[in-house]
Amino acid sequence: MAGLELLSDQGYRLDGRKATELRKVQARMGVFAQADGSAYLEQGNTKALAVVYGPHEMRGSRGRTLHDRALINCQYSMATFSTAERKRRPHGDRKSTEMSLHLKQTFEAAVMTQLYPRSQIDIYVKILQSDGGNYSTCVNAATLAVIDAGIPMRDYVCACTVGFVDETPLADLCYAEESGGVSSLALALLPRGGQIALLQMDARLHQDHLETLIEAAMTACKGVSKVLDEVVRQHLQEGSVLTGE
Amino acid sequence: MLKSKTFVKKTRSGGVMKIVREHYLRDDIWCGSEACTECQQESTVLQKDACIESNLCSYPHYLIPDTNVVLHQIDVLEDPVIRNVIILQTVLQEVRHRSAPIYKRLKDIIHEKEKHFYTFTSEHHRETFIEREPGESANDRNDRAIRVAAKWYSEHLKPLEAETDGLKVVLLTNDQGNKQKAEEIEEYIKGLIANSELVDRLALSNDDKNEVTSSKVLFPEHLPLSRIQAGIKSGSFVQGTFRASRDNYLEATVFVQGEGEDSTEILIQGLQNLNRAVHQDVVAVQLLPRNQWVAPSSVVLQDEGTAKDDDVEEEEEEKAVNLKTTGKVVGIIKRNWRPFCGMLNVSQIKESTRHLFTPADRRIPRIRIETRQSSTLAGQRIIVAIDGWPKDSRYPNGHFVRSLGGAGEKDTEQEVLLLEHDVPHQAFSQAVLSFLPKMPWAITPEDMVKREDLRQLTVCSVDPPGCTDIDDALHCRELENGNLEVGVHIADVSHFIRPGNALDKEAANRGTTVYLCGKRIDMVPELLSSNLCSLRSNVERLAFSCIWEMNHKAEILKTRFTKSVINSKASLTYAEAQMRIDDTSKSDDITKSLRGLNKLAKILKRQRIEKGALTLSSLEVRFHIDSETHDPIDLQTKELMETNSMVEEFMLLANISVAQKIYDEFQECALLRKHPAPPPSNYDILLKAAKSKDVAIHTDTAKALADSLDVAKVDGFPYFNTLLRILATRCMMQAVYFCSGMDSDFHHYGLASPIYTHFTSPIRRYADIIVHRLLAVAIGADSTYPDLMDKHKQSALCNNLNYRHKMSQYAQRASVAFHTQLFFKSRGILNEEGFVLFVRKNAIIVLIPKFGLEGTVFFDTKDKVSPSVVFDEEIPGVSVPVPDAAPQAKKPKLDR
Repeated sequence: MAGLELLSDQGYRLDGRKATELRKVQARMGVFAQADGSAYLEQGNTKALAVVYGPHEMRGSRGRTLHDRALINCQYSMATFSTAERKRRPHGDRKSTEMSLHLKQTFEAAVMTQLYPRSQIDIYVKILQSDGGNYSTCVNAATLAVIDAGIPMRDYVCACTVGFVDETPLADLCYAEESGGVSSLALALLPRGGQIALLQMDARLHQDHLETLIEAAMTACKGVSKVLDEVVRQHLQEGSVLTGE
Repeated sequence: MLKSKTFVKKTRSGGVMKIVREHYLRDDIWCGSEACTECQQESTVLQKDACIESNLCSYPHYLIPDTNVVLHQIDVLEDPVIRNVIILQTVLQEVRHRSAPIYKRLKDIIHEKEKHFYTFTSEHHRETFIEREPGESANDRNDRAIRVAAKWYSEHLKPLEAETDGLKVVLLTNDQGNKQKAEEIEEYIKGLIANSELVDRLALSNDDKNEVTSSKVLFPEHLPLSRIQAGIKSGSFVQGTFRASRDNYLEATVFVQGEGEDSTEILIQGLQNLNRAVHQDVVAVQLLPRNQWVAPSSVVLQDEGTAKDDDVEEEEEEKAVNLKTTGKVVGIIKRNWRPFCGMLNVSQIKESTRHLFTPADRRIPRIRIETRQSSTLAGQRIIVAIDGWPKDSRYPNGHFVRSLGGAGEKDTEQEVLLLEHDVPHQAFSQAVLSFLPKMPWAITPEDMVKREDLRQLTVCSVDPPGCTDIDDALHCRELENGNLEVGVHIADVSHFIRPGNALDKEAANRGTTVYLCGKRIDMVPELLSSNLCSLRSNVERLAFSCIWEMNHKAEILKTRFTKSVINSKASLTYAEAQMRIDDTSKSDDITKSLRGLNKLAKILKRQRIEKGALTLSSLEVRFHIDSETHDPIDLQTKELMETNSMVEEFMLLANISVAQKIYDEFQECALLRKHPAPPPSNYDILLKAAKSKDVAIHTDTAKALADSLDVAKVDGFPYFNTLLRILATRCMMQAVYFCSGMDSDFHHYGLASPIYTHFTSPIRRYADIIVHRLLAVAIGADSTYPDLMDKHKQSALCNNLNYRHKMSQYAQRASVAFHTQLFFKSRGILNEEGFVLFVRKNAIIVLIPKFGLEGTVFFDTKDKVSPSVVFDEEIPGVSVPVPDAAPQAKKPKLDR
């Protein structure tokens, strides 16, 4: 029989989660000393590393300088060893370029760029291991890295993918689910105000289902934000212990 | 709550790939037992007092079957006696992997509340998940997982023993190894027998010694799949569907699907060559050398059960012209066994438990089954499933599934023919009924938003008497500019059946309403078919209208489609409508409208025939059914009135207009209907028949055929023309539904129309519902949904609809045949005029037009000496319509 049963009658997914349950999220901030901010985040088997430089003065082409706010420069790449088959080109292909652009848009909505006119903030994200939901893992990792760098943001940006199977929204898809022909939607949310920083979907979905799907995505994002908040608080606590306060 | 655990899997897809997946183990999977106090479950499935009478286990218990038990004994599990069963996820997954149909049946059982089947998600339970050990095969691991889960259950239930009279779990297994390792768990099978009936349902497993122990090997060994695949690749074998012959049990054809149109048929003759293939199996065939090719025999042979190998009477003087590609079956690629309906032939030996079973379908071989209740089953219609066909057995081995009731009883026979034709006929499930509108139902203002109000129009419907599912109504009125406005109003079923819900899925599966004599198997629940969607008179109904403006020459000036609300002024029968038209004294609105329609219809029909549409003939019989006993008391062939063709013309026109519209709008995914032109060879029987009376028939085009049929008349033989038309009908291809994006040939041969679809009967055909939806999207009255626009999904749907449609026609014919037999049962011997349709070597096939009945008359039967009929037409396969060649067709033969 072709295909996998993505959601069993008992309500369990392939890996044993229920429809609304997220994968296990683990994160660490400040992993590199040389960068201004950095973070490592695991969402199940998807692992991402985010590094932030800046804000600093414009480098490279000065023509791109913005006079009223900071320029956000994002670069997304995947490690050659991140997928089951070795990747030939770690960055610069169409998908990565698109992903970089999405990240840029997301963080332009969240970072208070107007505080740093004529400067630049670099966000580099690398996927170390890929198991679905690359975009959301990157956003979550980058958020932590930006916070680590001490750049003011309106709120955490939390992202999550949601798929639609048997009239049920599934939160935080893994690779097997993503490739199983599910129409999936990625959403980045500023959880406190409930503003959507980015909404992206390239599958077909009936309009009637969109609302429930966004609803589910928002709930999932709020779940992620709780975890991120905890990580940040813990990191600060450790930091303050070290500095002896 | 979550325990994370990753594990590594290797699968092969082209090359070796490492797949890493997460696997979460949980603490919150409950045992599903009513008795359990530990688990915090919301609802329980398994009962506290789980008693199945059994002489092996005297205490209440839950059953845990392993995979093999489920695969082989699904018939037993389906029995209502078996309740309180735990299906482990491991088992469910393995079954899903191994057999899709059994998986489906298992799921159906699980969904049935009465059965108390509980699915335990053992693979994600923290205590029952096990990892595969090094060197352990996947099968062994699964077996171990089943044992671990069973053990967990028995420990889990142990503390409760006091309250539950020693409730236990019992692992059902057939596997010796499993039995030894599972220490605390009893082996159970064959001990669970509560009544003798269940024993029969146990499928024979291979290691049972109950095969016929004749040392003689009857059949050559089947080749293993790997050799077959290699053979097919290298071209030494061909793959095809096995089709047994209806008339001769020693003969079959294998239909090989070629690229596009070029499909071929390979003839297979003789038991050895048939090699245990059963009708509809997918087989591998090896072609025989050319000098061994044979012609299809013209002998009608029925398996009379001589245990020896019947010799095929090969006739040497067979003409070389008729030789066909001949082959032999070397292996079975896929068995397509289903449960078969039929009768038990009780063995001659009284004590014997082995009996032969004769299926109702003549293409299926007899099946040997084992039962201890042969005396009760004799004279009943029963269902039997095949388990296997060993190479030293003349017949396949099978097991009894269930009894349908006494043979000859109307309900039983109806059940048989529904099952045999795979017509879904169960009552609608609760899930389906839940999508029906709530009664009392009324049209709401929201319904009116995109609808036109046509309630003031003089609309009326014309249908056969006794029709309760009225799906079409008509109107015609004169416009101010002198033109005529004609409207066809079709019940708006798609308003009630929304895409994707259970009601829609059920209707899509059923595909069509099946009309049997005295019974209707609905496609949609009765509330819709006979009430809300039925365009009855003097009630407001939702409709989908197709409105034309025509001039008096029936030329279409404008076409318009709209959703509407109508209020039919009258529902007439064909005869009533005819009377109104003919009655010159009447001049009310309805009558005027009918006259207008009738006038236009005549012009339309003439135009259509000029374009080359065929009028063919087939005998349709109507029974007068006794209102109390429901036995047929008289029968007559259907007569056609002018009004029949009036309604038909407008339906055709509506269908063609809609087909054009949806195709213009959706080039890729319009659902259309085509009728391919038959290949010239199909006309052979017709040409030969005509030639026997020196009449020439031209078959180059539809028009030529129609014209030559019109002039084909023989003096003193008025029925000849009708006979020819009947034969011509048999030459035709089947009309089929298809998706416009998947085909390029749209032509409808019979109607001589370049494009056609079905729009006018959404209550009884699912294709029409899809067409309604497409049209509604095209005029902006409804929204689209993904499956509607997916040509592959639609094409799959078309295949199902075509299949259901064909099966429903067969079922209808079978039902008529059965009622004819009932009719003759009480009549005794009658003398009627008959015509010979085909001539075979030892039989003729006779048609009796008065009853629309066709039957085979053998020349030599066991109980009487062959009548002095000289078989002088030594041309096999020629059909010679000789009137009165067998004038007194022997009736008794038909009601065996």
